[in-house]
This record gives sequence, C-alpha cells and structure tokens, in this order.
Amino acid sequence: MKPAPFRYARPATAAEAVALLASTPGETKLLAGGQSLVPLLNMRLVRPAVLVDLNGARELGRIDAAPRGGLVLGALVRHADLAAAPLVRERAPLLAEAARHVGHAAIRNRGTLGGSLAHADPAAELPAALLALDATLGLLGPRGMRRVAAADFFRGLLATALADDELLAEVTVPAPPRGWGFGEIARRPGDFALAGVAASLDAEGHARVVGFGVADRPVRLRAAEALAAAGPVDEAMPARAGRAAAADCAPAGDVHASAAYRRHLATVLTEDALRAAAGRLRA
Amino acid sequence: MILTPAERLRVRLTVNGEPVERELEARRSLADLLREDLGLTGTHVGCEHGVCGACTVLVDGRSARSCLLLAVQMEGASVTTIEGLTPADGLSPLQEAFRACHAMQCGFCTPGMIVASTELLAATPEPDEAVIREALAGNLCMCTGYVNIVRAVARAAARPADPGSPA
Repeated sequence: MKPAPFRYARPATAAEAVALLASTPGETKLLAGGQSLVPLLNMRLVRPAVLVDLNGARELGRIDAAPRGGLVLGALVRHADLAAAPLVRERAPLLAEAARHVGHAAIRNRGTLGGSLAHADPAAELPAALLALDATLGLLGPRGMRRVAAADFFRGLLATALADDELLAEVTVPAPPRGWGFGEIARRPGDFALAGVAASLDAEGHARVVGFGVADRPVRLRAAEALAAAGPVDEAMPARAGRAAAADCAPAGDVHASAAYRRHLATVLTEDALRAAAGRLRA
Repeated sequence: MILTPAERLRVRLTVNGEPVERELEARRSLADLLREDLGLTGTHVGCEHGVCGACTVLVDGRSARSCLLLAVQMEGASVTTIEGLTPADGLSPLQEAFRACHAMQCGFCTPGMIVASTELLAATPEPDEAVIREALAGNLCMCTGYVNIVRAVARAAARPADPGSPA
C-alpha cells in the first residue's frame, strides 16, 4: 500500500505545469487534492513516472465573479470552500449544495473541483451540478486555453475530453435560473451516491435535470425536462416530470443497489429536486 | 520549477508546534513521516487509501487524511496530530469526555475520531446528534462503538469550560 517511486514537481504556475506535461508525454499525472489519485497510487493501480503537484499554482484557487452574475472558479478550489464561499452560495447555490455532499469533511478539505471533474466518477456530485448549470470548462494546453461545455466534457466512465497534454484550469458558471434542487441517496453521509439528481428551473418550466450514479457519466434526463416544460410550473409538475426520469437512465446494478432501484431513485429524486426548484422560484 | 529525481527531497514543516526538517522520498506519505520518522505513533494507519479515517490529522487547522498526503506537500504547513491535541498533563475536555463515556473499545479509531471531533467543535460548538454523526461519518470504528463516541462528543460540547472537572 505504498506508491511506486515517482519523480515529483511542484510548478508555481499553471503554464509551468502544462510545460511539464508536454515534456513528459504520457507518463505524468497531475496531483490536485489527491483524494482519488493518491488511493490509486497507494494501491499501485496508477504508476506515473512523474507526479506534477498543482498545489503550488495559486492562480488555480480563484473564486471570482464573472460578468452578468456568473462565476469563474479555479480548478484547485476545495470542496469545503466551494460549499462555504459567499460568492458561490449567492451566485450558484446549487453548486455549493452539491459540494456539501462530496465525501466526508476531511475529504472536502483537500479534494478539488478540478480533480472531481477530471476524475469523472459517474456518481460524483460536481460534474452533475455543473452540467445542470451549463458550465464551461477551460482546458489549458500547449496551444493555450480551449473551452469545452460540461455537456461535451464527460465521455464515459472516468473518461473526459482532456488530452494528455492538457490541464483542467478553470470552470465558468453562467448566472443560473432562480429555481434549483439537488438530492442524492447514499448509504452513509459522504459515501458516493447510489443515485442523485441536480436540477435547475426557470419560470417558464425550462429545466435542466441531470442524473448521476445512473449511467456511465452524468446525464441530462431529457424526457423529464420535456415534461417539466410541457405544462404550468405548478404543484403537479414535479411528479409529472419525475415519472419520466428513468427513461434516460442506464444504470449498472452492483452490490450496493440494483439497476432497477437506481432507476426508481432517479424518479423520486427528480420529483424532489423539481419540487424544491419550483419552491425557490415562488419564494 | 524543480523536477527532482526519485532520491530525496527536503521538506520543512511544523508538527505540533515544533519545526521539523527532513529529507525524504517524494512518495512518502505524511502518515509515514509522522509515525516512522518522527515517532508520533498516535496517528493510526488503518486502510492507507482514505477510507477509514484513523490517520486523520489537522493541516493548517483543517482535517485531512494523512495517508492521502505526500509529506513533501507539507512544505510550510502546520500539522497537528493527536499528540498535539493532548495537554502535557492530563486530558483535553474531548479526551476526558471519551474516557467518561467509554467511547473507545480497541482504541484504534480514537485518534482520528478526536481529531475530526476537534474540527467539528471548533466550527460548531453546539452540534446536535445528527451533525455529530455526519461529521464523524468518515471515521470508521470497527468495534462499532459509535453510540458512545457520539455521546462523548455531545458531552464535550456541552461542557467546554470545565476541562479539569472529574467526569
């Protein structure tokens, strides 16, 4: 349970980290919070020749306001700070709530936004929240920054649009609609969710409903979204939309929960999230 | 920017208020630095992959799993272990509450429980039971002695001002 030997670098800027990636192609891992990577190192499931520690790059810790009510978040923002930062709670409360559900306190103190996104666990909260918020990810590579919509970033189980020579540097979150809801079911607080839903909703019933833990990546529950928009945003809407939530789920069954149970959770959690979202719209 | 070979890196940090300087391999964990190099064996290593919480320490006042941190990452950091939370004489209020409530059986998880509870009580002086349980959800007690652990944290929260009183 000790990592194999590796070379270690702690660049002071994101650009230096990218240069290191370019100089050691294919044999390098980026270390952010280490809450997913270090277990893999300890178990020797991952054996990089070079470990590039991003924690020296202060610029990656930014939490800034963006024009028109949005946010720009650096990849190294820790979950605990995402959950607590007044600017995040004000401008993207869905994201702050999702961050509160990530892991346990000691994990939230170290784990990072960028690490969670780049790791792309299908049951992770932050990828789903950012998909529901229509966020854009900034990927820094040798030719500069390219912007990828959250919808195009997650490619499957632990798979993303990141190239070997790219670093996930920042996340841009547009001002969200006022309605939002978030919920998950886990066996213990802090465990990965058996299933979860993040939803945003505007007054016309336009919803983005995203399921996590119900497919190989976070997925838009489009049938539920369509039904949310098909009638008035009233008492009946959440149940109407929730009934359709399972249609877009393709969960795996495992020792923790069967596929059928995860589909069931998706319908219940969609109804709950949309009810919360509608309530916030009325408030 | 320094890209070092696998040999040894110098790290300087503070552990329980004392300056520490060591040369070590980049792959050495903070847990192993504490236990093997500094002899601070109060930090227990259970799973070594961030699941059990036994190795929880405070890094700059915030709880962290010391098995998931590289010692070289601790350059300039201030680390507090269970030894650092223990008065020179006697027990801290939290430790005293653990003793009074019989909040340990084999004792393996206890250092991590105390460290996590310390962080909880610093931020939330009067937690209810649900809050305590959530704050300790990342710490496993393989003896399953959770009821008394939760009771002890609640007791310490209720009696922060009389560390010297008998239980």
